[in-house]
Amino acid sequence: MIENVLELAGVAKRYDAVVAVDALDLRLQTGEFLTLLGPSGSGKTTTLMMVAGLQQPDAGTILLNGAPVTRLPPYRRDIGMVFQSYALFPHMTVRRNVAFPLEMRGLPKAEIARLVDEALALVKLPDHGDRLPKQLSGGQQQRVALARAMVYRPALLLMDEPLGALDKKLREQLQLEIKRVHRERGISVLYVTHDQEEALTMSDRIAVFNQGRIEQIGAPEDLYDRPATRFVASFIGDTNLLPGRSLGTSAGLCDVETAGGRLRAAVRAPIAPGVGVVVAVRPERLVVRPEGEGLSGTIVDVIFLGTARKYVVRLADGTECIALRQVSDPPLDLGNASVRVSWDIAHATAFEA
Amino acid sequence: MTRLVMNQDGMAPWRIVRGTLCLLVAVFLLAPLFVVVIISFSSAPFLQFPPPGLSLRWYVQLFSTPAWINALVVSVEMMVPAALLATIMGTAAAYALVRGRIPGARLVMACLMLPIIVPGMITAAALFGIYRGLGLNGTLTGLVIGHTVLNLPYVLATVSSALRVQDSRLEQAASTLGAPPWATFRRITLPLILPAVLSSLLVAMILSFDELIVSLFVSSARVRPVAVQMWSNVMGDFDPTIAAIASVCFLFALLVLVADLALRRGPRLT
Ligand SMILES: Nc1ncnc2c1ncn2[C@@H]1O[C@H](COP(=O)(O)OP(=O)(O)OP(=O)(O)O)[C@@H](O)[C@H]1O
Ligand SMILES: [Mg+2]
Repeated sequence: MIENVLELAGVAKRYDAVVAVDALDLRLQTGEFLTLLGPSGSGKTTTLMMVAGLQQPDAGTILLNGAPVTRLPPYRRDIGMVFQSYALFPHMTVRRNVAFPLEMRGLPKAEIARLVDEALALVKLPDHGDRLPKQLSGGQQQRVALARAMVYRPALLLMDEPLGALDKKLREQLQLEIKRVHRERGISVLYVTHDQEEALTMSDRIAVFNQGRIEQIGAPEDLYDRPATRFVASFIGDTNLLPGRSLGTSAGLCDVETAGGRLRAAVRAPIAPGVGVVVAVRPERLVVRPEGEGLSGTIVDVIFLGTARKYVVRLADGTECIALRQVSDPPLDLGNASVRVSWDIAHATAFEA
Repeated sequence: MTRLVMNQDGMAPWRIVRGTLCLLVAVFLLAPLFVVVIISFSSAPFLQFPPPGLSLRWYVQLFSTPAWINALVVSVEMMVPAALLATIMGTAAAYALVRGRIPGARLVMACLMLPIIVPGMITAAALFGIYRGLGLNGTLTGLVIGHTVLNLPYVLATVSSALRVQDSRLEQAASTLGAPPWATFRRITLPLILPAVLSSLLVAMILSFDELIVSLFVSSARVRPVAVQMWSNVMGDFDPTIAAIASVCFLFALLVLVADLALRRGPRLT
C-alpha cells in the first residue's frame, strides 16, 4: 500500500488579485483523517476543490496514490466528495442516488444492488431507499450524501463542512458516525471545517489554515498544547495572551518582563532581548491561589460551568485572564482582595508580538 | 395610512374596481376569439355577426380546398423540424453559454437573441437576400432554416434561465462521482431542465405556425404555410373559411398550451 494517499507540492491558486492558496505542501497518509481548519476565506474549500479537480491550480502538483492527477478531470480521479449543500440529485430516489457512481463505473446490476444496500445500512438508512431527497430531513440527506460518496470505495473521501447546515445536537451525532464509518472502512478522509471543536473531536491530524497557508499541522494535542504560532494558539481553544517584552532566551525558555512581573515561557526559536512578545497559557493550566508565587491580580468574575468554574482575573496591569478550576476544588470568592496566578513553565508559550 | 385602508370596508370598493378591470381585459382579449369561432360555424356566405344560422360548410370548404390542405401540410412540415432544431441547438447553446467558461459568452448570447430584438421585417429581408444566392427562396428548407433562427432566442432564454436556477453543484457532484460530461448532462442536467426544454419546444411550434413576415418573404405559391395562405385570403375573396382556419389554429394553440401546463405541473421523476 502506498504510504501517502494524497500529496500536494507547491500548490497555488489565485483569483485575480486574491491569493486563495499559496504554495501549499500537504501529505495525507493512507487511512488518515486529516482536517483543514481555518477562518472563513483561508483557502480550505479552494484546496479541496483542487484535490477534487473542480478547480485548476495555477502551480504545483497533486499526487493521488502516487500518480499525478493535477490535470485530470474530476471523473477520472478516484475520489468521493460530500458537499455542504449535500448536492443530492433531486430527481432520483435515495437508491438511485447511491447507485449513480456504481452505474458510472459499469458494475453489474446485482453487484450494484448489493453495494447500495450495504452503504445504506452503514449510514443507518436501510428503509429509506425509495424516498426522494426532499422527503428526508437534513441529517438523513447528509447520510445519503456520505453513502453515495463512499459506496464505490474511493481512494480518498473529501468533505467540505458537511455538517455546517445542521443543528448542534445532530452535528455531534453525525461527527461520531462519520468517525465510525472512517474507522470501519479504513477510508482516507480530507475534511474541512471552521469549527475547531469538530476538528479536535474527529481528526488524526489537523492543518490550521490562515490566508492560504498552513500555519501548523499536527495531532490535535500537539496543536492544543504546543501551538507554533500565535494564530494557532488563539484559533484553537481558549487561550490567555499576556503581553510583555523579552529579556533573552536560554535553553528553549524565554524570560519575559510583563507589567505584573517576570515569567518564563517556552519558545520555538530564540527571541532577542527587547522584542515585544505575548505569552499564551490555556485557562485550565492557570493556577489561581490566594497567596504564593506568580502574578498578582483580583478576581472580577466567577462563572459556574457545571463541571468547572471559570474565574476572570484582572492582573495588576489591567489585562484580564481566564482560569478554569474543577468544581471539586474549593471555590475562591469574588471578594478575595488579591490572588496569585501561576502556571507550569512547560504550559506557557511565548510568541513574538 | 395603508393600515386604515386595509380594513374590510376599505377593501370592498377596491376589490370591485379590480375585479371589473380584470373582467374587462379578459373580455377585450377573448371576445374576438369567440366571435371568430362562432362565425366559423356560420351558414352565411360572408362574415356576419351574429350568424343567421349554423353550419359546418366552411370546415368542409376548408378541408376540401387543395390550397388550404397544402398550406396545413407545409406549416406542419416547417414547424416541427424548425421547433426541434431550435430546441436542440438552443439547449446546447444555453448549456455551453451558462455552464461553460467561454470568453465573451454574454456577447454570443446577445447575438443569438438578436432575432427577437431586430424588427421582423429586417430579419426577413436579410434572409431573403441571403437565400437568393443560395436558391433557398420558396423552398421548405429555406422556411425551416428561417424559422429555426427565429425560434432560437425563445429556447435560449427559457433554457438558460432554467439552467441558472439549477444548482451547478449537482453537476460538480456527478463529476466527482465518476460521470463524464455527457453522462452528467444526460443523467443530471437534462432531466432537471426537461420541463423548460419541452415547454420551449411547444412555444417554438406555436410561434412558427403563427409567423407571417419571414414566411411571406421566403415562401412561394407552392410552398406556402397557413399564415401566408390566410394573409392572401384576407387580401382576396373574404369568406368564413378564414374563420374556420383561424379556429383550427386557435384549437392547436390551446392544445399546446394545455400540454405545456400539464408538463409544468407533472411529476419530475425519472
Ligand atoms: N470563485 C471565486 N472567485 C473569486 N474569488 C474566490 C472564489 N472562490 C474563492 N475565492 C476567494 O478565495 C479565498 C479563499 O476562499 P475559500 O472558499 O477557499 O475559503 P474557505 O477557507 O473555504 O472559507 P469558508 O470557511 O468561508 O468556506 C477567499 O478570499 C475567497 O474570497
Ligand atoms: Mg469553504
